[in-house]
Amino acid sequence: MASLKALKIRIGSVKSTQKITKAMKMVAAAKLRRAQDAAQNGRPYAERLERVMASLATRAGGPGASPLLAGTGKDQVHLLVVATSERGLAGAFNSNIVRAARRKAEELSAQGKTVRFYIAGKKGRVLKRFFPTAILADRDMSAMKVASFDDAKAIADDLIARFTAGEFDVAHLFFSKFQSALAQVPTGIQIIPVPLAEQAALKDVAPAAAAVTEYEPDEESILADLLPRNIAVQIFRALLENAASEQGSRMTAMDNATRNAGDMIKRLSIQYNRARQAAITTELVEIISGAEAL
Amino acid sequence: MALHFELVTPERLVRSESVHMVTVPGTEGDFAVLEGHAPFMSTIRDGILSVYTNASGQPETIAIRGGFAEVNAQGLTVLAEHIG
Repeated sequence: MASLKALKIRIGSVKSTQKITKAMKMVAAAKLRRAQDAAQNGRPYAERLERVMASLATRAGGPGASPLLAGTGKDQVHLLVVATSERGLAGAFNSNIVRAARRKAEELSAQGKTVRFYIAGKKGRVLKRFFPTAILADRDMSAMKVASFDDAKAIADDLIARFTAGEFDVAHLFFSKFQSALAQVPTGIQIIPVPLAEQAALKDVAPAAAAVTEYEPDEESILADLLPRNIAVQIFRALLENAASEQGSRMTAMDNATRNAGDMIKRLSIQYNRARQAAITTELVEIISGAEAL
Repeated sequence: MALHFELVTPERLVRSESVHMVTVPGTEGDFAVLEGHAPFMSTIRDGILSVYTNASGQPETIAIRGGFAEVNAQGLTVLAEHIG
């Protein structure tokens, strides 16, 4: 059995670990509320933009439309944009996103497609281990405290430039969708070319009175203006969802850690008290037997 | 009945209120929207958005960058990338 002193030190160390995990949980809870608000606030813009995109795309999305909508006509090189967080200690948050991306990559390679990665966020860099030659770019996001639209736009501009340069044909975006503090769903969506099926579905929901709407300039120009913006908005939403998911995931993980530490302290305390009691008993037996011998 | 005016940025819904008239810097020229305007859609250039809360008062100005404006039966919606 471990000595009394060793047990005491052990209990002390678990206690300070518990303090840290507890603090991290509280911080995550506070940040989660803010991240959730941010995600909520971003919704009206995205909804309105999507509605307009839907009605425009069906009217102006014929042949000769922008390649961002119609695609390059090829389906060979797939780019996986993987958005992760900058920090760990958030449960399985990052590994879930990376796993979803890896699965998609393997599926695409099995179909004979070329797969490239675009990493946004430090924790996505583990992909370099699995696909050392397929990393197209690794974007440093460490300067970003709160996801702003400018960050998303910078990524979108970079992607569009690479798309125009013919570096890839299809782009997918991987992030974690926020459902609740307990549930975050790793999700992959296609962002380039802008998927039409989704928009057709949207159009049924909002059959805008587009027939009489006047456009200035014409539909095609508005659409060409909106397409890059739509991609930036998609990325921005992913970043916001990711931020909320990260905090939610961290909160849950740290709550578990705090509880485990509590259990451990309880167990160690019992062990410590038993050892102390045993030591007292031995001492007493020694004194009594010493007295009897006299 | 006044015009329902909404100003939205990717970060948040900035305005949602009833106003008298709004002047929007469209790509092909400024245009003003009053209530009952025909359905209309335009991209906007960087410029000043003027909001007239009533017919006589001074306009309130908001600088906006990048985006587009949509007028439909519900009112005017301006989606801007940046304000201020």
